[in-house]
Amino acid sequence: MIKIEKRNDVPMALYFFTPFIAIVLTILGGGIIFYILGFNPIEALKFYFITPISNLYGFSELLLKATPLCLIAIGLSFCFKSNNWNIGAEGQLTFGAIVGGGVALLFYNQEGFYILPLVIIAGAIGGMFFAIIPAILKTYFNTNEILVSLMLVYVSKLLLDYLVVGPWSNPEGFNFPETRQFSDSSRMPLLFEGLRIHAGIFLALGAVMLSWFILYKTYLGFQIKVSGLSLKTAKYAGFKGKTMILVVFMISGACAGLAGVGEITGPIGQLHRMISPDYGFTAIIVAFLGRLNPFGIIFASLVVALTYLGAETAQIFLQIPKYTGQVFQGMILFFLLASDYLLFFKVKILNLKKNELRH
Amino acid sequence: MYKNFFRYLISAIFLLGFSVNSNADFKVGFVYVGPTGDHGWTFQHHEGRNAVEAAGIKTTFVESVPEGADAERVIRQLAQSGHDLIFTTSFGYMDPTNKVAKDFPNVKFEHATGYKREHSNVSTYSARFYEGRTLLGHIAGKMTKTNTIGYIASFPIPEVIRGINAMTLAAQKVNPNIKTKIVWVFTWYDPGKEAEAAQALIDQGADVIMQHTDSTAPVQTAEKAGVWSFGQASDMQRFAPKSILTSIIDDWAPYYVERAIAARDGTWNQQDTWHGLKEGMVAMGPYNSAMGADLVKEVEQLQKDLASGKVHSFTGPIYDQKGNILVAEGKVADDGMLAGMSVYVKGVEGDIPK
Repeated sequence: MIKIEKRNDVPMALYFFTPFIAIVLTILGGGIIFYILGFNPIEALKFYFITPISNLYGFSELLLKATPLCLIAIGLSFCFKSNNWNIGAEGQLTFGAIVGGGVALLFYNQEGFYILPLVIIAGAIGGMFFAIIPAILKTYFNTNEILVSLMLVYVSKLLLDYLVVGPWSNPEGFNFPETRQFSDSSRMPLLFEGLRIHAGIFLALGAVMLSWFILYKTYLGFQIKVSGLSLKTAKYAGFKGKTMILVVFMISGACAGLAGVGEITGPIGQLHRMISPDYGFTAIIVAFLGRLNPFGIIFASLVVALTYLGAETAQIFLQIPKYTGQVFQGMILFFLLASDYLLFFKVKILNLKKNELRH
Repeated sequence: MYKNFFRYLISAIFLLGFSVNSNADFKVGFVYVGPTGDHGWTFQHHEGRNAVEAAGIKTTFVESVPEGADAERVIRQLAQSGHDLIFTTSFGYMDPTNKVAKDFPNVKFEHATGYKREHSNVSTYSARFYEGRTLLGHIAGKMTKTNTIGYIASFPIPEVIRGINAMTLAAQKVNPNIKTKIVWVFTWYDPGKEAEAAQALIDQGADVIMQHTDSTAPVQTAEKAGVWSFGQASDMQRFAPKSILTSIIDDWAPYYVERAIAARDGTWNQQDTWHGLKEGMVAMGPYNSAMGADLVKEVEQLQKDLASGKVHSFTGPIYDQKGNILVAEGKVADDGMLAGMSVYVKGVEGDIPK
């Protein structure tokens, strides 16, 4: 018989170490899968984890891919730390991109240093607005924020579909579902000639710093952490729960909106239907892999971004199906949850004797 | 074990820099928008790739590449890793293809269904699918009892509107009373939405369904409802053996093999290709015996005439929905007009979404 017991003294150091265990297990698990598929596991893993970042271009692509993941995950960490389950970052990203993109389209034939900041601010406000809907419904009408935020993803995606097919579609674009190209003044400046990494990375780094400051140095951060540990304690301490819920959702939405704006003003340069390959959902894995810690999230966003790049490289060089990328992301989450479980709980296999069975 | 691992690791890091460009072998890369098993658009491009491989040329593919920021990286990686010719097989890859082509003047690029050839190493190609639609229209006009043809359309781009018009004109020729009803689904691939659209059209009285989307859902819905349907992009007969009258098949194989050999032998030139039934880029699936021997004969003759150029899908007089003349009697629409087609012909119901 199996008995599960709670462990009493779990060292904090181990808690921050388990993500590494999860990654190592994922790599081992991946190797086994590659072996079963008939590939040389070491060669496959090499193409997966080393080849993509073996040159400057690849490294810049890694940062490019990690930037939106990091931004969104930072925002989500505020929600998750305070027990608010915002699952709709993808929708907030999309709505931020719609609002920011709308501003960029207003200025499509103009140049000016003020345009990009306007676009960025509009994107953040858009994301914030879209995140505040589930927050208000939760605080005033007791709805379930998981459902509301998730359903709103479809609302924003359909709205984007409508806009790029209809009123915002490029008048010279033969009805293809895309808008005009943004003017250069609405585009994120590139950091290096020939590489796609752009100034949006500073938004992500800024968000990391700011979130560290808010979470660990301010009263709001203290409220968030206490609410996450125990809602009853938070109430007893007299924290105004409603305001805090609104604030964490707004922060989370603003970050997702910024990620959306970073994509459309960075590598994409216009609005169309495919602005995000589900960054908003993948960022949930990133947030937990990073232990909801700002610096942990940087690390986690790089690891998860690498699984995307690796899947492409492995298909190019070895013709391994590209969906292994999703398998890897799934494995990371699975191993993380499993090691967490084993960290906090002891599994005992009991040797049953006859007299024990009588009870 | 550990020693080996580190040896692999170190040699891998060193080898990377060299292995990338030292490969003298000629290689062709393909970028797909969907999974190779979609039984539609990507499946057919993959068949084309298989033919190139069978011709003794090495190939690589990357599937399910989103048309957003990721496309450029994938195309660039293929160019960097020693591919000499790269086919990018979806409209959304147009700008990334041209961007990468600029940085790799020695690599040849072929972009499907686009119109931008910004550099001398970029060609574009597409198929005259509308010729297939003319055949479907002829069959549909003869087979319908309710005089209502249901059409599941993706996006209101010229290619899709051209197909709707070509089908309607051909159906009118054999049956002046037909009406074309259209449902726009605004997606290329979404089995759920496509099935719903098919059902909606059947509920509105359509007894022939056709689609300009890629999944097999519409033909399966038609099979269940007992109405006629047509396969799209690949031969979908086995998904609805009773219902499917024929399929329009995109056969990219001859083109891919020809271009790959040209690039290998140094005879590749930039061009804008628009091939149809004549060259075999558009092919028809087997005709359902339920059509009857006479109709099959008729359609086979029409197929020959379209291929030889004796019959053109857009022969005047052609009127728009308001009755204005688009193509005068005795004239045929030129390629410029076909490429930018953005109005319905008379007989199509509804408005083009704006």
